Amino acid sequence: MNETVNETGGAGPSHRSVEIGVAVAMAILALIGIYGSTKVGIGWGAEGPRAGFFPFYVSLIVLISCVINLATIIMASSSGKIFAEWGQLRQVFSVIVPVAIYVALVPYIGMYVSSALLIAVFMRWFGRYNWLTVAAIAIIVPVVTFITFEIWFLVPLPKGPLEVWLGY
Amino acid sequence: MLEDIGNLFHGFAVVAQPFNLALMVLGIVLGVIVGVLPGLGGANGIAILLPLTFSMSPTSAIIMLSCIYWGALFGGAITSILFNIPGEPWSVATTFDGYPMAQKGKAGEALTAAFTSSFVGALFAVIVITLVAPLVASFALRFGPPEVFSVYFLAFCSFVGLSKEPPFKTIASMMLGFALGAVGLDQVTGQLRLTFGFPQMLNGFDFLIAVIGLFGIGEILLTMEEGLSFRGKLAKLNLTVVLQTWRELPRYWLLSLRSCLIGCWMGISPAGATPASFMSYGIAKRISKRGHLFGTGEIEGVVAPETAAHAAGTSALLPMISLGVPGSPTAAVLLGGLLIWGLQPGPLLFTEQKDFVWGLIASMYMGNIVGLIIVLTCVPLFAAILKIPFSVIAPIIMVFCAIGAYSVHNSTFDVVMMVVFGIAGYFMKKTNYPLAPMVLAIVLGDKAEEAFRQSLLASQGGLSVFWSNGLVSVIMLLGLIALFWTVIQNTWMKLRGTKGLRPAE
Repeated sequence: MNETVNETGGAGPSHRSVEIGVAVAMAILALIGIYGSTKVGIGWGAEGPRAGFFPFYVSLIVLISCVINLATIIMASSSGKIFAEWGQLRQVFSVIVPVAIYVALVPYIGMYVSSALLIAVFMRWFGRYNWLTVAAIAIIVPVVTFITFEIWFLVPLPKGPLEVWLGY
Repeated sequence: MLEDIGNLFHGFAVVAQPFNLALMVLGIVLGVIVGVLPGLGGANGIAILLPLTFSMSPTSAIIMLSCIYWGALFGGAITSILFNIPGEPWSVATTFDGYPMAQKGKAGEALTAAFTSSFVGALFAVIVITLVAPLVASFALRFGPPEVFSVYFLAFCSFVGLSKEPPFKTIASMMLGFALGAVGLDQVTGQLRLTFGFPQMLNGFDFLIAVIGLFGIGEILLTMEEGLSFRGKLAKLNLTVVLQTWRELPRYWLLSLRSCLIGCWMGISPAGATPASFMSYGIAKRISKRGHLFGTGEIEGVVAPETAAHAAGTSALLPMISLGVPGSPTAAVLLGGLLIWGLQPGPLLFTEQKDFVWGLIASMYMGNIVGLIIVLTCVPLFAAILKIPFSVIAPIIMVFCAIGAYSVHNSTFDVVMMVVFGIAGYFMKKTNYPLAPMVLAIVLGDKAEEAFRQSLLASQGGLSVFWSNGLVSVIMLLGLIALFWTVIQNTWMKLRGTKGLRPAE
């Protein structure tokens, strides 16, 4: 990835390289779509157009658009714009990582306990609150959610060992 | 016509039931909160709260959800004016003059003007819906598959022609939406496709998950990157200020009317509220005598975008209820709700679900009146929400997004997909791929495909079926004009030898 420095002095990946990355990623999805469509048949069957007919042409258009977008980016002279500073990207990843862990935990320890953990981690890590405030918010929010969803609106959410232990 | 008025009054009676009124107030309060908070907007706010309505009657459910929408439209203005942070994309144009007004100590006037003009815009659009929607619906009853497809074609072409993003980026993101929508069971043949053997893919990608991920998680990531800090102006809103501003506002009736018309036009064609507010602001700036002062805190600069944004946001529901083609992502989520409650969106709603349709229309009138009263009286409360630090709000919003995503199908795989959509949304937004056409394509994919294939079946594969009669040809032609709008405009400008007026960025 090209390193570019912007006017404010912050360094980060260039906007151009990310643009290329997004276009390539979309093109790959389009190729997957084309491959999957050909497997179920893109031609004319007994009931008219077959199942792959529509997704095939749609994916083909995505692929063509991506090629045009790529060509536009490559033809244009580099603007020197950066996508985001590394520090900013670190911020973004410091959200993505805990959320990914959160999502992975939900099926095992339940929605409520993992939500409490996510809120606690966030408040302690980014907000630097004292443990008392952290604990208060991290417990109140899931409890209120529990009352609203499970009891008032009767929408069941994933539960883990704690809820089982409490008898739900 | 007379029958419609009778139906409308029946609708008012339905809405005026205490339970529905309570839902209306609840919906508006939730909506304003959703509109005020960064990372939550009308579309994903409704998507998250949709599961709560599964057990309600469709009419009560739509009243609550549409009121969340009105609330979100109102809420965007609060943050724009007091904090210079647009809570919603359509209130970006409101910050241009709203925030300078607040800096001059005229926050009260700015808020009153914003709320009142929002109300006027919405009211205008609701009247248009009341008069036009039944006609469109009865007209659309005669549509066969080619006509239905041509309406979808027109809707999606408008996105390409009217969006300010590069056309091929719009097309790429829209078609990707169609491809994602096609995953899973094929509606026509019942065959599985594009699942590659993964059982989780059988149901395809639900657009509600896409909405929550793209707009909710994606927005939080963007906010984190920008490192948001809130420094707000004080809101002093008392009766004297309100009445004083109201006395001043009728002077701008022409501006309001123009903004209403722009808003309705942009809302019905799926360009949406955001371009409508910019266009209205730009035109007001060019026409107004005080245009050179725009950006320094002119009340006209608040009236124009707010009126247009609300007119557009409201009229986006017109094609949704009369044709089953939503005009905005939020309308798309409401349409998704209709399907979940077991209603078939489209022209038949007006004949088969009278209670529902007219209840919805009546709730638009009532909801906007109730909304105006609530926002005028509770601004300080809502502004206080923004005082809560982002490090507390962000994880709570993410928890609600996860709950919303899970409860659509009770599936933890959906929660994973939500995060994937969120990361994709962050990158797409940063690289100017519009998200709205993608979401609409996921929603309408099945129906558009069905209409397309049925048309082809009838014609034995000839595309000429889309030009087979006057009606379908006209709609297809309009679609092509919309598709090539930028090209047509540029050629026209060149022929006339004038340089095209660049829209204000």
